Amino acid sequence: MTQNKNQTQSHTVWQKISQHRWILPLLSILLFLGLWQLLYMLLKLPTFILPGPAMVWAKFLEVLKNGLWWRNLSYTLLELSLGLLTGTVAASLLGYLLSKTAMLENLLSPFLVGSQSVPVVAIAPLIIIWFGPGLFSKVLICAMTVFFPVLVNVLIGMREVSQDLRELMLSLKASRWQMLTKLEFPAALPVLLGGLRIGATLSVIGAIVGELVASDRGLGYLINLGRGQFDTALVFVAVFSLIFLAAILYGIVLFLERRALKWQTWREF
Amino acid sequence: MSSFPELSLSVRDLAVSFADKSGRLEVLENISFSLAKNEFVCLIGPSGSGKSTLLRTLAGLIPYSQGTIEYPDIHDRQVRTGLIFQKPNLMPWRNLSQNIALPLELEGKSRYEIAPKVREMIALVGLEGFEHAWPHELSGGMAQRAAIARSLVQDPDILLLDEPFGSLDELTRDRMSEELLRIWSEKTKTILMVTHSISEAVYLSDRVLVLSRIPSQIVLDLKIDLPRPRDSQLRYSTAFAKSAQVLHDHLRI
Repeated sequence: MTQNKNQTQSHTVWQKISQHRWILPLLSILLFLGLWQLLYMLLKLPTFILPGPAMVWAKFLEVLKNGLWWRNLSYTLLELSLGLLTGTVAASLLGYLLSKTAMLENLLSPFLVGSQSVPVVAIAPLIIIWFGPGLFSKVLICAMTVFFPVLVNVLIGMREVSQDLRELMLSLKASRWQMLTKLEFPAALPVLLGGLRIGATLSVIGAIVGELVASDRGLGYLINLGRGQFDTALVFVAVFSLIFLAAILYGIVLFLERRALKWQTWREF
Repeated sequence: MSSFPELSLSVRDLAVSFADKSGRLEVLENISFSLAKNEFVCLIGPSGSGKSTLLRTLAGLIPYSQGTIEYPDIHDRQVRTGLIFQKPNLMPWRNLSQNIALPLELEGKSRYEIAPKVREMIALVGLEGFEHAWPHELSGGMAQRAAIARSLVQDPDILLLDEPFGSLDELTRDRMSEELLRIWSEKTKTILMVTHSISEAVYLSDRVLVLSRIPSQIVLDLKIDLPRPRDSQLRYSTAFAKSAQVLHDHLRI
């Protein structure tokens, strides 16, 4: 009897914990930090190979204080925001045009598939050669990374627009612009945002690759800097900042998705 | 027809054909009929006849190859027909009020003009309290009421209904028929409704048009001489059965 009671009690405790969505991720992060510290103490590697969590934290506070962290993080953030914005807008426009004209889609499909099969790493050096190491080429690389997933999803989304609703709009004498704003855009939005979710995280890779190839600012630059000075703790700080940035971007898109799709109460993310 | 002197729609020698692989498929041929103002007419025919095609042609969704469609009563260029589909066709991202407001939004009406009309329509179809409900929260009957409200919000002269209750269960269907009669008596519209239910056609109509298989022609134009207002008891009367019998015989050809 008592055992049974205990069981149900621990069951409700567990339920309470899992109700807070942030508790489990937090636990796994703490577990990771613990394992890292353990490994650090057991292996006794030189710090330029594996620094401990405490060292990395100290390094983080140091670069936070002297402004190095914010200077580079904000630069990468700028590249990402501009890249995501232009990439998404361009992909949505082209996706809309392609969905309206099958001929154009056939004409461009080899390039679209081709651009997808070439990794960013391979063309990043080319873009730097052509457009220089400045902001423009990084934004371009970001935009190119987010472009394809969004384009494909716009195409899929447009195809999913209900034919019955099109007929309804036609019977109400809707103009082409109204067709786009009142039907096609809202109908394709869930799929479009899904593409943006994938693209946002991919574009972080794009930005870093661009910076690693050539730059004097940004998180990729920070990684290069730390590597050059055998300051491995700095590399760790940069990598964690990167993860942080990607997580924030993902969160923003998720937030947008929930706001825009509040009518889909049954939808699970 | 002396009680319906004014014409609301007149169709003459209408023909519609579709291009298919083997050439042209004639769907409608020599269709001529007219609707008097405020008349309730049902269009009935075997499945595969051009009932829906005829309705969609009248709504301007399908081009016709021959004949004329005239709306003698409507003088401005914008022809006001409201089309109601078999499915409610509500936009899932708009709540009930927003769905009903759609036609007025497309017309470019302002928010202040739209709001009272939407409220009036919601009251007319009896959906008060559901103004902010999402379509997926509505039952089939409620969703179809919303679709009716949406088609009425522009105050069209002619309502075209394409098997509007076809996807509803029989009880809901009968209730919706009575609802439709009530709305029709309140709003006095000309109604042309496609159905494949003989009893629905007899119960609702002033006249029933029977279409043949394709190429479809009108094979019967039957006047239903039953008193109004009609109630469900009428379905069991001899006069009702007689009309149903005539329609049944013509549908078998």
